Amino acid sequence: MMTLIVNGTPHQLDIDPSTPLLYALRNQLGLHGAKYGCGLGQCGACTVIVGDKPVFSCLMPVAAIGTRAVRTIEGLGSTEQPGKLQQAFIDKQAAQCGYCIAGMVMRAQALLDRVPSPTDEQIRAHMEPNLCRCGTHMRILAAIRQAGQPA
Amino acid sequence: MNDPRIPPDNLDRRRFLAAGSVMVGFTLLPAVRALAQTTTTEAGTFTASAPQLPGSLKTSPMLDAWVKIDEAGRITVFTGKAELGTGIRTAFMQIAAEQLGVPPERIVLVTADTNATPDEGYTAGSHSTADSGTAIANATAQVRSLLLFAAATRLNVDVASLTTQDGEIVANDGRRLTFGEAVSGVDLHRNAVPDAPTKDPKTFKVIGQSFHRVDIPGKVTGAPRYVQDLQLPGMVHARVVRPPSYGATLQSVDIKPVRAMPGVIAVVQDGSYLAVVADDEWRAIVAMRALSDAAIWHSGPPLPAQSTIHETLEKLPAQEISVANKTAAAAPATQTLHARYTKPYLTHGSIGPSCAVAWLNDGTMTVWTHTQGVFPMRKGLAEMLSMPPERVHCIHVEGSGCYGHNGADDVAADAALIARAVPGKPVRVQWMREQEHTWEPFGPAMSSDVTASLDASGQIVDWKFEVWSNTHNNRIENAGRFMPTWFLSKPFTPAPPKPIPMPEGGGDRNSIPLYRLPNLYVQHHFLPDMPIRVSAMRSLGAYHNIFSIESFIDELALAAHTDPVAFRLKHLDDPRACDVIERASQRFGWPHRVHDGAPSRGVGFAFAMYKNLMAYCALAVEVAVERETGYVTIERVACAIDCGQIVNPDGVRNQVEGGIVQSASWTLFEATTFDAHNITSFDWSQYPILRFSSAPKALDVDLIDRPGMPFLGVGEASQGPMSAALANAIANATGRRFRSLPLSPEMLRAALRV
Repeated sequence: MMTLIVNGTPHQLDIDPSTPLLYALRNQLGLHGAKYGCGLGQCGACTVIVGDKPVFSCLMPVAAIGTRAVRTIEGLGSTEQPGKLQQAFIDKQAAQCGYCIAGMVMRAQALLDRVPSPTDEQIRAHMEPNLCRCGTHMRILAAIRQAGQPA
Repeated sequence: MNDPRIPPDNLDRRRFLAAGSVMVGFTLLPAVRALAQTTTTEAGTFTASAPQLPGSLKTSPMLDAWVKIDEAGRITVFTGKAELGTGIRTAFMQIAAEQLGVPPERIVLVTADTNATPDEGYTAGSHSTADSGTAIANATAQVRSLLLFAAATRLNVDVASLTTQDGEIVANDGRRLTFGEAVSGVDLHRNAVPDAPTKDPKTFKVIGQSFHRVDIPGKVTGAPRYVQDLQLPGMVHARVVRPPSYGATLQSVDIKPVRAMPGVIAVVQDGSYLAVVADDEWRAIVAMRALSDAAIWHSGPPLPAQSTIHETLEKLPAQEISVANKTAAAAPATQTLHARYTKPYLTHGSIGPSCAVAWLNDGTMTVWTHTQGVFPMRKGLAEMLSMPPERVHCIHVEGSGCYGHNGADDVAADAALIARAVPGKPVRVQWMREQEHTWEPFGPAMSSDVTASLDASGQIVDWKFEVWSNTHNNRIENAGRFMPTWFLSKPFTPAPPKPIPMPEGGGDRNSIPLYRLPNLYVQHHFLPDMPIRVSAMRSLGAYHNIFSIESFIDELALAAHTDPVAFRLKHLDDPRACDVIERASQRFGWPHRVHDGAPSRGVGFAFAMYKNLMAYCALAVEVAVERETGYVTIERVACAIDCGQIVNPDGVRNQVEGGIVQSASWTLFEATTFDAHNITSFDWSQYPILRFSSAPKALDVDLIDRPGMPFLGVGEASQGPMSAALANAIANATGRRFRSLPLSPEMLRAALRV
């Protein structure tokens, strides 16, 4: 039995401790935002925030998380009440198929937590690990820029 | 601005031919002749029972196949097309809402489902809005008329005095009827009629507006929207184990230790086909790895050498297709240019590996799938499973973007095969990244050879173009087109590849330049044998052919000492083509002088009309090429597009931006690689694609709206032009012409080494 704190709520989990966080989130906790993309840390579709860092949840075993808090896209807001960054993605219509987007949002959120108003260069450099295949890059960058502007 | 109402000489004829391309199947009885036409496009082969009707009404003419309204006023609209992430769900809601006179949120849209929607074949080839959108527009307009007539009778008023407001029918005297009240007693199970009026485009309030896509709020907040997210009661997880190469066969495997692993429910072995089923996804993956380690394989036949793949392909037996051959009097040639262009195999590379859920329950196989074609899939699965088609139910659920025929169909076959082995249990299968990257059907490698001559005035007087290509269509015609069936103890044989006929074409798509060419010869060497598994990838042969043609046009312009934009305009008659070129060059500020002291900067231009039938696209790019690294920075892109009547301007812009960036990735980075035995580009480290650092610094898409004109497909319009514009800009920056894709940093670094 282990305890995982996800979006502020502790959960008791009875799973193989080597299970990557991604599978625990999706299957044990029913949080489907984070996606399986490569299982190799090459695409970022599975990105969530652990502690204050964006991580590839497909690679991180649940046993390695310890007491650090896990934040997923479901913790930023809901379809009915999107969070600020999510709303910026809606405003910029920054998705096509959208499969990469949860990972994009979480990596961007980790940057905004640290640098509230990042420059374009900072955003591009920070987002480099995450892949989008539909070519939505310009809109994703625009959405992050918008969320980085003071309200 | 030219007058867009004047069609170029043969455009109507081209569109007519496309609408009924290759009428092969009609009966000889004159009276029946008009009633049934068989047409083949990328979306499939259809027999039109009502060829006089617009769009997909030709094949599904009943109004209630497209729209149902119940007595509570609930409006359900049906499309046989699938949402692939391009935004058609929202666009179709807008089209239906406009014609019915209701807010778009009142529309419930049901997409591709073999038990519910019309059969519209594949969602492919930028056909959706033209085929299905047109059908929905006309069906909903006719339903609205029927409701108004019924309401006029009910209210005892003249039908012309009635209007619709917010889903209610309103009379002059203020009396109102809801759609639910009006529909009572109206039978929508009737044929659509030809030439029925639709709304005057001048009155459009919903079409032409940038409505936010209805799927995006869920997608950016983590709501379960994808087939990958389906969770059914009692669902189990499966993974497949593939052979190491195409022709490999299983020598031996000890499945007992795998069967005993925690959570494992079944190990499926059928010939060389292997899969595991477990109660948990991670446990299935752990068991898959163990099964993979336990399997010993006989290797298959070797693959050809990658370094000489184009020469190898060109020597294969060809089916010769004469695409164009015309001669006319022209001024004498004063110079002749010749060039050869090549494109490697490309990987679709969906970010989400393919996934399906299948459930054999009560003698019915239900499959939730992100296929592009639920109806062809049902036919193939029925054959594979020896089940009647009516016992196979395929439901489209969104997946990761596919960009053509990727692993979506194959994984559905996997799910169905495994579900048959564990009846009663819903089975979810997702491929692993390396399975997706090595087993998907790739976009074909292609080569082309072009020769053209200029006269003394710099006008092109002759043009000869040959293109060599495997098929671009290995979609599901039979069970053997599902790759997993090749490994069964009783394997299935894929239907032989067939070319997609022109004018849409496959390998020859966009092989006829839109330019005025008095002497024109275009030959397609269709190569049925494929050493590497291939099928449809976004824009098919158009990507390579436009890369070749628009690169060569630049070479000719240079030889003619003419500005490349002016050179294009002086060879074009179609006013809409000229309009996008002029608009893009204005937006860009062409002719653009690269400022002194920046020798690595260059600009490039390209134009195409997709399939010579669909959207017009012109774009200009500015690049900076770093000689030491071969790295290309896209400083800016300016694009102009004309796709006829625009339904959702921001949706069009999103598609065109995406096409430009995706094409930049194909053009600058991508090649599927292989050695004698295996596909070696097995993940993103071996198949790099564009990342944020390489996205354009600025990208500007300008739309030319044509209210009242037909919808023209736009999703695949920009990929071809972007490749050539990049090649032309790199040539402009470096003084060197590169004709073999990809224009990768490694290639440029080696070629530009000082």
